[in-house]
Amino acid sequence: VTARERARRREGTVLMAPALAVLAGLTLYPLCWVLWLSLARRVPVFGIDQFVGLAHYVFLAGDARFWNALWVTAVFTVVSVALEVALGLAVALALRGQQWGQRTAVGLLLLGWTLPAVVTARQFEWLYHPSAGLVNLALGGASINWLGDPAYALLGVIIADVWRTMPFVALLCYARLLGVPPELAEGAAVDGAGALGTFWWITLPLLRGVVLVAALFRTLDALRAFDLMYVLTGGGPANSTETLTVLAYRSSFQMMQLGFGAAVAVVVLLVVLATAAAYTRALPASGSAA
Amino acid sequence: VTGARWRQAARDGLVLLALVAYASPFFWQALTSLRPEGELLVVPPLLPSRLTLEHYAAVLGRSVIARALLNSAGIAALTTMAALALGVPAAYAAARRSGPGARSLLLAMVAATALPAVAVVSPLYLVVRALGLRDTWAAVILAHTGFALPLVVWLLAGFFREIPVAVEEAAELDGAGRWARLRWVLLPLAAPGVASAGVLTFLFSWNEFLFAYTFTATEASRTLPVALALFPGVFEVPWGDIAAASMLASVPPVLVVLALQRHLVRGLTAGALRE
Repeated sequence: VTARERARRREGTVLMAPALAVLAGLTLYPLCWVLWLSLARRVPVFGIDQFVGLAHYVFLAGDARFWNALWVTAVFTVVSVALEVALGLAVALALRGQQWGQRTAVGLLLLGWTLPAVVTARQFEWLYHPSAGLVNLALGGASINWLGDPAYALLGVIIADVWRTMPFVALLCYARLLGVPPELAEGAAVDGAGALGTFWWITLPLLRGVVLVAALFRTLDALRAFDLMYVLTGGGPANSTETLTVLAYRSSFQMMQLGFGAAVAVVVLLVVLATAAAYTRALPASGSAA
Repeated sequence: VTGARWRQAARDGLVLLALVAYASPFFWQALTSLRPEGELLVVPPLLPSRLTLEHYAAVLGRSVIARALLNSAGIAALTTMAALALGVPAAYAAARRSGPGARSLLLAMVAATALPAVAVVSPLYLVVRALGLRDTWAAVILAHTGFALPLVVWLLAGFFREIPVAVEEAAELDGAGRWARLRWVLLPLAAPGVASAGVLTFLFSWNEFLFAYTFTATEASRTLPVALALFPGVFEVPWGDIAAASMLASVPPVLVVLALQRHLVRGLTAGALRE
């Protein structure tokens, strides 16, 4: 190693050190701490702080409220990601054929995606208003209590989430479609493939990679989602929209059981990691199509 | 030929109409913010008899929201500066692979973006409390910087990698030192990347709710999303005022969309062509 090379390396270390230190302090350290916290019973207001081992996890295994939160999280994630991918794909295909007004179209899409989640929550709360809401009006004067009825609340939250994040899928797929030479589709048409055949045999296989990537990002985000349901319903009514993240937060900061809340948060972390691992296994197989 | 063109125009119009319908929750909120108080709960008719700014006056006249606007702008601006100050040098070093473990740094950044905020919020809360930073801008800025940094480094490393090493070497031959090269040669070339990383960080911080909600306690540091979530209204929900505050919180995102959509469409096209 030359002196010059050594100097270069030293310089690189100096340049990276501050960012690494901040990252270690603000993510790695709290991450280790939350694992430790989940093994303790910690209630700051009463000055309680004792080591309890795996007691919180053992309790969770038999806790109906925890299983309900896991179920709500699963339903929320699967239904909203499926709807987002299907709608996003449809919007991308519609945009691909657009000849004028493309910029306006992209602008309208971006709107939903860039607004703060709290603003979206407040918007939908107003749209769902039982008597003056636009949704019930559009349903022909229905009187559904969207956010107050356990049968409808989760659906209400899912619709708001789909509205917010469908543009992400649409724009990713649209970008991929712009890279597909039109000759491919024309060639298929010459070979006698109809519109449906072209879509099924040419377009869809080309989009496989990007759809998987979009679904991965969306799934991870849906598992971690918090703002929307916390502001829209706070987990209610009757815990019908209480996801794992909301349960973790309520346990930590409303019941002030920091140790128990940490245990639920660790479950969220494990679910996210397992999902990311599952997707990364599926991704290389489609790498050639991406 | 004209028949085909008409069909295309009709089709394009239909798609645009569908997208306007898609965006209607936002437009409805905008209309609500301008609707007279007495007509809020009387729907239909969809259109109000007149438009009024009374909700904006009420919201801006109330110290909570005016103060929250200031807090949000200040916190987002300082977060952006901090994330760029930390992120630009790190991204440069990672792109040039000059430090030991530059690759592992980038991998750590990717892994960090998958971290659920709810998993680290309680330890960070304890840190903030121990440092005596509860209910200060500093607490929120700290958390936002930590969460925005991975994306900033990742984005900028990509931009720096596009700049040929030869450009730097030429400047070196001309006698420019390391810092002079970073300041006068690299940064101007990477300016579009730095700008987009900065805009994304600002928006992230402006929109963020969980940390801002947990670490703040009074209007001294509450950001706009927090104030909006906690909007006062015990017996009657002030829908008009909430709509006006929502529109104020939407200003930066809407500006970004208006300013960047041309850029974004071009970016999407370029990105697609590169594949």
